[in-house]
Amino acid sequence: MASTGGRPRIDRVTATPAALAALARLRERRGAVLLYQSGGCCDGSLPVCLEQGDLRIGDGDVLLGLVGGCPVYIDNRQYAVWKHTQLIIDVGEGEPEGFSLPAGDGRQFVTRSRVFSPAELASLQETGASCRFTEGEPSS
Amino acid sequence: MSVTTAAGAKVYQAPGEAGSPVDVKARYENFIGGHWVAPVHGEYMKDLSPANARQFTEVPRSTREDIELALDAAHAAKDAWGETSLTERARILNRIADVIEEHTEMLAVAETWDNGKPVRETLAADIPLAADHFRYFAGETRALTGTSTEIDKDTVAYHFHEPLGVVGQIIPFNFPLLMAAWKLAPALAGGNCTVIKPASSTPWSILKLAELIGDVVPPGVLNIVTGPGGEIGKALATSRRIAKIAFTGETVTGRLIMQYAAENIIPSTTELGGKSPNVFFADVMDRDDAFLDKAVEGLVLYAFNKGEVCTCPSRALIQESVYDRFMERCLDRIGRIRQGNPLDVSTQMGPQNSRQQLDKIMSYVDIGLAEGAELLIGGKQPELDGELADGYFFEPTVLKGHNKMRVFQEEIFGPVLAVTTFRDEAEAIEIANDTLYGLGAGVWTRNGNLAYRMGRAIKAGRVWTNCYHQYPAGAAFGGYKMSGVGRELYRETLTEHYSQTKSLLVSYSDQALGLF
Repeated sequence: MASTGGRPRIDRVTATPAALAALARLRERRGAVLLYQSGGCCDGSLPVCLEQGDLRIGDGDVLLGLVGGCPVYIDNRQYAVWKHTQLIIDVGEGEPEGFSLPAGDGRQFVTRSRVFSPAELASLQETGASCRFTEGEPSS
Repeated sequence: MSVTTAAGAKVYQAPGEAGSPVDVKARYENFIGGHWVAPVHGEYMKDLSPANARQFTEVPRSTREDIELALDAAHAAKDAWGETSLTERARILNRIADVIEEHTEMLAVAETWDNGKPVRETLAADIPLAADHFRYFAGETRALTGTSTEIDKDTVAYHFHEPLGVVGQIIPFNFPLLMAAWKLAPALAGGNCTVIKPASSTPWSILKLAELIGDVVPPGVLNIVTGPGGEIGKALATSRRIAKIAFTGETVTGRLIMQYAAENIIPSTTELGGKSPNVFFADVMDRDDAFLDKAVEGLVLYAFNKGEVCTCPSRALIQESVYDRFMERCLDRIGRIRQGNPLDVSTQMGPQNSRQQLDKIMSYVDIGLAEGAELLIGGKQPELDGELADGYFFEPTVLKGHNKMRVFQEEIFGPVLAVTTFRDEAEAIEIANDTLYGLGAGVWTRNGNLAYRMGRAIKAGRVWTNCYHQYPAGAAFGGYKMSGVGRELYRETLTEHYSQTKSLLVSYSDQALGLF
């Protein structure tokens, strides 16, 4: 939970210091990157890290928020069944199997999750934070 | 080749150890143009066995340049292979099947060591099914016919199946050899040359296969390049030198595959997983007989290949009137699953494929519990002795909850079953279809009419009826909804996904149209 302008704000996505450091290193080396929460087979629960502009972002994509200036997206169909949880971007052991950029040093980005409390969920609804953020390109 | 323990169980020696059916070199290379070729940049990556988390060999960490070399070899071979007679192509596919079968034990042990799946599964399923897959497409190739259509008395349309040329194929870690067979057999049957990328965590067994079939397949027809997906998978998928791309894996990479294919205007096929419902109606408990025993096993099949299956029956829907009695039997069976050394033929469940898979599974159990699910069994790592203590083992687990929980909505890719109840047929259909995916499903009932209605109502590419986890060649496999696009395992894979259709429209008349 972060505070902006005195009003408590609940983030739909956050990142650990290790993930933020890995994203910063990637940005230095490859330019702006994004994370897209995957689904399905094999590595389906991982956030896929891509250079911005690689994946075409469309109307069906939900911007969950920014972590260290890096936008984090999810498919709106998946969002509908994930939205009661906060995503925490971290790094873990292993090489990505899909087309994700690795996090460096034999590590990859992973998603950890936390179930929002009823109070947090109510607050998210009040502040409208559960609606889509797709308008406007995020800065990185 | 193996030792017998005091308990009478057969245990294979690990690859590289004295007495093992598999030898291991310290390093492997890419298989390109019929030769073993070192990666251009000379970099390699470790291959670990998930049974003990130790490195046993290394394979190329290839780059874009290596993909180009493989594409060079494939393009050099494609004209001759494309013109090879159906008889000869079928003979070569049958020969591949024979070689696989002759080396079943070696390939099964290699597969088990690279992936972690128990050798009783690789001996009984993975390797025999891989061999049969080549035989099936050998048969389809030998029997392949075009059509001719009499448009009118003097005009005939002849339809030929022609090869696409060079195709790219990217396969997953859960069935490294069987998925290779699913991809390679129809591609080669269609007269195509392929560049195939195995998964980063299981690159080795397909290289062992290449050692065996390297001189069976003409040089350049089969090319294998290992390395990171973000580097060489992307280089392959974006290449303008491929005529088709096939992929099995997660949805975002699947979406990239389709996007790159759109940019190059080539076809793609994708298999992207599922969250398959396994539906048990009350009448399975009508009698205590062989069918009930089969149904109980049908539920426990979520632990097959430690749950690392695209079609894992990871949601069990049980009619509420029999829930307690049915689950009691299932939990008893689950509690008796033997975990341990995957090279022991009595072991029923091996380790997960990698540390990251294990971590993910544990985090999902935590999410499920936080969402209010009830843990019925498992939920932790088993305590194993010796070097297995470092392996990526997880106990078969059951969580009871409801279908809106994330553990019911996401593919965990582990031995975690999410179980819930339903009142009647309508609610069973509603819950079964309340998912983003539609790859597999199971229906269990003694009532044939009900089974048929359910099978048609469930939106999934494969509905197993009074069975589960059977993958015979000849039965179409593929997804509805976000589970992907395309079908594998049957004739149309060859004729629709790995062939062009050429229509030769011929006039046998001397009469002009008379328009000009």
